[in-house]
Amino acid sequence: MTTGLWQHWVLPGIWITIQLTLYSAALATVVAFAVGAARTHRSRFVRFLAGFYTEVFRGTSALVLMFWMFFVLPPLAGWQLVPMWAAVLALGLSYGAYGAEVVRGALNAVAPAQREAGVALSFTPWQRMRLIMLPQAVPEMIPPFSNLLIELLKGTALVSLLGVGDVSFAAYLVRLATLESAQIYTISLVIYFVLAFVLTRGMRALERKAKAGIGQTPPKKILITQKLGLRQQTEMSRDWSSTGGAA
Amino acid sequence: MNWDWSAVADFMPAFWDGVLTTLQALVLGSLISFTLGLVWAIAFRAPARFIRWPVGLITEFIRNTPLLVQLFFLFFVLPEWGIQFSALTTGIVAIGLHYSTYTAQVYRAGIEAVPAGQWEAATALSLPGRRTWFAVILPQAFRRVVPALGNYVISMLKDTPLLMSIGVLEMLQQARLQGASTFQYTEPLTVVGLAFIVIAYPASLLLRALERRLVR
Repeated sequence: MTTGLWQHWVLPGIWITIQLTLYSAALATVVAFAVGAARTHRSRFVRFLAGFYTEVFRGTSALVLMFWMFFVLPPLAGWQLVPMWAAVLALGLSYGAYGAEVVRGALNAVAPAQREAGVALSFTPWQRMRLIMLPQAVPEMIPPFSNLLIELLKGTALVSLLGVGDVSFAAYLVRLATLESAQIYTISLVIYFVLAFVLTRGMRALERKAKAGIGQTPPKKILITQKLGLRQQTEMSRDWSSTGGAA
Repeated sequence: MNWDWSAVADFMPAFWDGVLTTLQALVLGSLISFTLGLVWAIAFRAPARFIRWPVGLITEFIRNTPLLVQLFFLFFVLPEWGIQFSALTTGIVAIGLHYSTYTAQVYRAGIEAVPAGQWEAATALSLPGRRTWFAVILPQAFRRVVPALGNYVISMLKDTPLLMSIGVLEMLQQARLQGASTFQYTEPLTVVGLAFIVIAYPASLLLRALERRLVR
């Protein structure tokens, strides 16, 4: 592979993948907190709407959603999104729905007495959420969010099918240019793996910081697969973070 | 923007073909992932370190890299090594391999949840290794893992559209071809999007019911 291919396709591709991951993660976080909190709302109607949102966006495939936004939304809305933003929107909305389940689970896991104490002290619902529930729930959310972030990183590969120039798209072009596939696809798999590794290290640091804030330490890793593993162990029976895969 | 029912009707024959291909990929992919995942999970517990470490590394690598790139890898690289598969077979193998690394974690958790006393009892009765696994440990692990495995089947369903990238005629590819030939993308794509919800939502309700029964 020549340096020209690296400079013009692979390196910009890595940057696009990172950008896509960060923007969609930001959107997904906003969606997750908004929808997740709405699922614990008093009003049955708000809960229903939030539940409907999560079921629809978790139910459909991210790739189908991406195509839908790319092909169907323009005639429907009268304007067209740049492929990059269509992708961010599709990824953010669908992973936001998975994240909403994480947020809901973590909020429900806060001891009920904490909420009742807030009521007894006549906090407003917003104050209760901000000052009592979230500070205790957020550290619990970080391990499943970390897993979701990797799923999201893997999901960004889908945008290459819309023609956005990310790592997978670069790999495709390099394959066409060099007529050799083993090398470039191995390299791009390694790139994704390294990115995933960096992301998990970042999330682990964040988890330590968040847990220290409420006087806890993250559990020690014992098993060999956990030592190697990038994924955080979450409780299996209610696997909030199982998106499963790219989508 | 107007909805054209005749376009939906025109799409139906291709749609059902797509549904069949999708379900075929799903069923075969699930079978591969269930068996291969079990192999990985047993290998995690192998006494020899030189088995545990490579298996751990390989599964982590597969689990943390995109299925799409793996699909291309298998589709373009295997023929270079002289292994020819059809696109559908490649897709099924890719999905099965990718998800086997997820199911392996599910099995692992299920196996770890079997009380240590069961292992000790098997040793005390001097059961051979194979019987310990298949007559004592796995039957107890299975009821714990069924709901989680089911979740991954639903995830696999939602990943089958990726197979369109190597030209498998599953639902999404059928919709795209239909759109390309009639210039009406709205109806086919919407039908396919709804089809996923229609399959996935009842399936997840079913799983929740199953989970309540099995895991107490």
